This record gives sequence, C-alpha cells and structure tokens, in this order.
Amino acid sequence: MSMSEGPKVLPGAETEKETIDVEARPKRSSGLFQPLVDKWNALPRPIQWLWLIIVVVIAYLLPILDIPILTTQPGNDWALACFSMASYALIAVGLNVVVGYAGLLDLGYVAFFAVGSYTAALLTSPDSPFAHIPYLWTIPVAMAVTMFFGVVLGVPTLRLRGDYLAIVTLGFGEIVRILATIIPALKGQVGFQNVGRPPGTAADGTPLFANSNGTPWYWLTLTIIIIVLLLVGNLERSRVGRAWIAIREDEDAAEIMGVPTFRYKVWAFAIGASVGGLSGALFAGQVGFVNNQKFDVQTSILFLAAVVLGGAGNKVGALLGGVIVAYIPLRFTAIANYKYLIFGIALVLIMIFRSKGLLPARQRLLAYGRTAYQRVISKPGTVTPPTPPEAEKGAAS
Amino acid sequence: MLDLLLVHPVSANDWISFDIPSLIQNFWSATFDGLTFGAIYGLIAVGYTLVYGVLNLINFAHSEVFIVGAYAVVLVLSALGFGPSVPTLPLSSIILDLVLALIIAMLASAATAFVLERVAYRPLRKRNAPRLVFLITAIGASFAIQYTIFLVRGANAEPAVTMFQAQPVFDVFGTIINSQQIIIVIAAVILMILTDQFIRRTRVGRGIRAVAQDPDTATLMGVNKERIIIITFIVGGILAGAAALFYVMLVPSGVQYNGGFVLGVKAFAAAVLGGIGNVRGALLGGLLLGIIGNYGQILLGDSQWTDVVAFVILVLVLLVKPTGILGTSLGRSRA
Repeated sequence: MSMSEGPKVLPGAETEKETIDVEARPKRSSGLFQPLVDKWNALPRPIQWLWLIIVVVIAYLLPILDIPILTTQPGNDWALACFSMASYALIAVGLNVVVGYAGLLDLGYVAFFAVGSYTAALLTSPDSPFAHIPYLWTIPVAMAVTMFFGVVLGVPTLRLRGDYLAIVTLGFGEIVRILATIIPALKGQVGFQNVGRPPGTAADGTPLFANSNGTPWYWLTLTIIIIVLLLVGNLERSRVGRAWIAIREDEDAAEIMGVPTFRYKVWAFAIGASVGGLSGALFAGQVGFVNNQKFDVQTSILFLAAVVLGGAGNKVGALLGGVIVAYIPLRFTAIANYKYLIFGIALVLIMIFRSKGLLPARQRLLAYGRTAYQRVISKPGTVTPPTPPEAEKGAAS
Repeated sequence: MLDLLLVHPVSANDWISFDIPSLIQNFWSATFDGLTFGAIYGLIAVGYTLVYGVLNLINFAHSEVFIVGAYAVVLVLSALGFGPSVPTLPLSSIILDLVLALIIAMLASAATAFVLERVAYRPLRKRNAPRLVFLITAIGASFAIQYTIFLVRGANAEPAVTMFQAQPVFDVFGTIINSQQIIIVIAAVILMILTDQFIRRTRVGRGIRAVAQDPDTATLMGVNKERIIIITFIVGGILAGAAALFYVMLVPSGVQYNGGFVLGVKAFAAAVLGGIGNVRGALLGGLLLGIIGNYGQILLGDSQWTDVVAFVILVLVLLVKPTGILGTSLGRSRA
C-alpha cells in the first residue's frame, strides 16, 4: 500500500538514503535538551528518584511560590494560570496517545473535551433536567461517555487511510459545536451555570474548590496528570504501546506482522478521547459554567500545537508543550491576541525544521526495559547511553 | 449527547423536525438553490481533488486559498464603488468590474496557493517527510493564513457588496429561477469542463495525470514533477478564486477571516462523494452535496443542519463506498 502513496524515491536512491539516515540518526534526532537528557541518564537511579521527587514537590508548590519572573500576575491570576497550564498539559498527554503513539491525526480533539464538559454540566448543574450525581463521579462518567463517542467516531473512519481521519475529526469538532447550539437541551449560548465541584470547605466556610481559587483545582489536576502519566507510561511499554508504535511507523508492515491494527487504532483513539473528556470535566468544574462558545476548531489546533511543539510520541514532551502553549499567552498578554497566528506559524516551522519537537521521541527497545537497552547502547564505540527521560520515569512506576 | 436525549426525552422537541410537507412544497426551490451552492462547492472541491490526486495530501489550507479570493473580491468591488445597496451603474460597466474582480480574485488565490506550496510543502517533499508531517503542516499553514488575515482585516466581517439585482428569468414547476443562479451554475460548469479538458487533452494535463499515476516513472519519462505540482496548486487556486466571486455574488455579506473553514470541509466532503482525485466527480459531488444539504436543512428545520448533513454524508460515503461515485483515480482518467 505504501508503495502507491505519495511521492516516492527510486529504489536505488532509497537504499542509499537509508544508509545515510542510519548514520545521521544519532545527531539528527537529538532534541534541544539533548545534553540535559544525557546528563540525566548518566545519574544513578536513587539520585534520579530524588530529583523526580524534588520536581514533583516544586510542581505542587508552584501556585504558592509565585516566582517573580515566571508569574503571570498583574494580567492573570497565577493560581488559575497554573490550573490552565495543568489542564493543557493533561490534554496534550491525552492527544499524544492518539497523535504521538498511534500516529493518527485528530483535529477535533476539542469535541471530546466538549463532550466531557457537557457530561459534567448535565449531571451536576441545577440548570439541567437530568439526575444529579456528586461532581467527582462525573469524572469517570465523562471518561466513559467520551470513550463511547471516540469508538463511535473511530470505527467508521479508522478502517480507512489516516488522512480521512483528520478531516472527519475536523468536521466532528465543528458538528459538536453546532449540535450544542441547535439542541435546546444543551442550552446553546445560555449554557449551564453552577456546575458541581468536589466537596470540602475552607476554614472560612467558603467551598474549597471555589471557581476563583485555582490552587486546589491545580493540585487535583496535577494529581490526575501524575496518575494518567503512570497509566499511559505502562501502556506505552506494554504490548499495546508497541503495537501503536508499529502502526505509527508502518501500518502495512505492522498488519503483516500480525498486529491487529484496526483494533489498536480504535483503542488509541478511545483512550485519547477519554483523557480529553476527563480534562473537559475538570475544566467544567473549575469554570463552573459550560456553554457552546469555548469549543471551536482553533482550540483543537492549539492542542495539536502543544503535542507537536513538545514532541509527538514523548509524553514528557507533550506535557511540556501543553504547559508552554498555555503559559505564553497568559504571561505575555501583549501577544495573547496573536497566539493562534504564532502557534500556526510555529506548527509549520516545527514541521519543516524540527519535526520531532523539543523533546523528541526515541526509537528504543521498548520490550526489554532499561538494563537491556543500556547493554545494547554501551557497545564499544558508543559514547553516551542516550535513554530518553520517560524510560526511567516509567520504569520507576 | 444524543444518546442522553434518547434516554431522557426533553419537553422542547422542536429542535429537530421531519417537515416533509415543507420539503415537498419547497422541493424545486431547494433543488435550484442547492445546485447553485453545489456549483461553488464543486469549484472548491477541484482544488482538494487535484492536490490529493497528485500528492495524496489533504490540503487543509485550500479553504484559506478560497477565503483570500473572497477578500480580494470584496476589496476590489468596494474600491470600485460597490456597496450593500444594488449598484446603479450601467450593465456593461458592472460586467467589466465583475470580470476585473474575478481576475484579481483568481490571481490572489493562485498566488496564495503558489506561496503555500513553495513555503510549506516543498521543503517537506525534499526531505521525504512522513504523511503525518504533511498533514500537520497543512493545518498549521491553514491556521497561519487565517490569522494573518485576522491581523490585517480584524475579526469583523467585511461589509456587504451587492453585485447586481437578481432578476427572475424563467419559471420551472412554479419556481422562479433567477439570473444569479443561472450565471453561477453555467459559469461553474464551463470552468469545470475547461479544467477537465485541460487535464485530459493538454500536454501539461497529461503530465498531471502521469505524476498522479506514478511520480517516479513520470520523472523518468521526462515530466518535471515539481513544475506539475506547482501547476496543480495554481489550477486549484484559480478555481477557488472563481468560487470566491460566485460565493460573494450569492452571499454578499459576511466574508470573515475564518469563513473558509466550514466551506472547506463541505467541499472536501463533495470531493470524496464524487470520488477524490476525479475532476468530474468533484462537480458531481458538489452539486449532489448542495442539493442534499438543502433538503436536509428544510427537512430538519434549521439552516445549521446543512453542515451536519454534509458531515454525515462524508462519514457515510467513507463507510460505504470510500472511492466515491465516479471512482478515485486522477491518473486513470483517459485522454
């Protein structure tokens, strides 16, 4: 199949190019932070653990510390900015499963985010006629509902060539927005007020998870991110993750080697969708209000920019990308209006000059873990053992 | 969301109707309106179909190639003194102005397509980048063009430019067909025939077909692949510019920086419906999609349903017959 697609190179030329590629690979695929990554890999295990704990603690303290240079303060509330960065990071980690691991281009990710938001709103807001459940229960429900939507959308389109998925998801993103406008039960622009929040009251009697108080929401999201990262990391190193990467690299070859590609593509799509729904439910809870205005195509592309910027296929990269995409418009309010232009141009430039993003995903021996990898890598003639950062993080889980 | 509604019926049920009497009553006017819009979809769809046929790439930025043309039409006509009210100029000068606007729109769209190909896609082709990289670049380029327009012209829609008063021409089954509809459909069909003949009969057209069929063999046979690709983009751009003029003729107000997007998805759906990579299929798919979308809108009772209907058709075609009605291959069309 791949032979009939796209511009091809002559057989002779292809082999020649291949050898050049193999030789050039160590240099070419190294990211901006390659020296840092190498240094990290040279550290002994306990020290890495220590550093990880320090990073996680700093991450938790971030909204309280409010570091002067980093802060978004006069323009935007710092704690809410932290929440915003965390939710973009969570979305990027979810979208990374679809785009980065399985290589499926989802241009309507905001639709899943919207489905999650609406699920939370419909099940908790007093404006909705449906049965009400405690807010925290809406999170798994939202994940299940979005996963269902992911499967419904994925089954017809994932059997086809990858390009069609892109346009179908692009259309789907728009349709969800239109349906939210047309269907009266979804209340269009009026929307749903007073979406539920997790229980708990602060010392002065106000709810702990108030809409204006970003810190507890940030902590909740950060905790969820850590859980999702552990789960996704485990998936990545399992049979499923290997199947995804095989599909991404060459779907026909994967199929021939006995990977049920369609099933794993649906899985990737559904898992990615459910993480989108999860972040949608969190967003609905924090803002406390859901209407049809937030879920436009532009947001989908921003999510994609986060994944691509950070490095598709690398969950730490996606995390970083999400944080950057959320942070820049909040910190530099002067350019906030041009964020779509900036990230649109950034997408093109990244694809042309550094298609692997800031923290590139690395081909590696997924099956055998760190030890075997180190042994293979430290063959005579190799200088540094370049294991990517998430391999350690994952192995630690 | 729909499934939730089915489980819990809601009192306000008029958001969706199956208004068959209304459809029967408005059948012919819906058909003619649909054909008019469909002709415009078809013209845009050719741009998608040609690029897909040659490069196997969904050129997401094609909707922006179209919207640049629409801006060109509005700006040129505003400069020539057209405005929201019906112009009082003599017919000959209106025709002259429209032809001028058409040419400038075609040039603007073709130039956008040219720059797009050179700046965004060509470097990737040189590097032999994977398909995902092309698609992400395409969507990024679409975004970049959209927001460049936003930067220059702002978020507000451009003021209306009415080109001429649509005159009733003749009566079919009790429905009046006006001069606008006739001009648009006939002009679109002529342009499509010209494009089709260009691809089937000319030397360059043979090159396009050869590259679509097998780029390597075509190169060996002395076809300049890069030149063919750039011509393909320019042809798509010219037709998008023409579509822009007809679109503004039909919908004089509301040209906006992000206005191309939904139209682009619909035009792509039209291309898939007719058989992607197939120029005749693009016209057929466009006309069919225009008509079906209009029926759906009347049947279901809200104009926004047209977009939903187009999307559902896209998914259904992909599900049932991904090759479309007339088959997919640009390369296999005979001279």
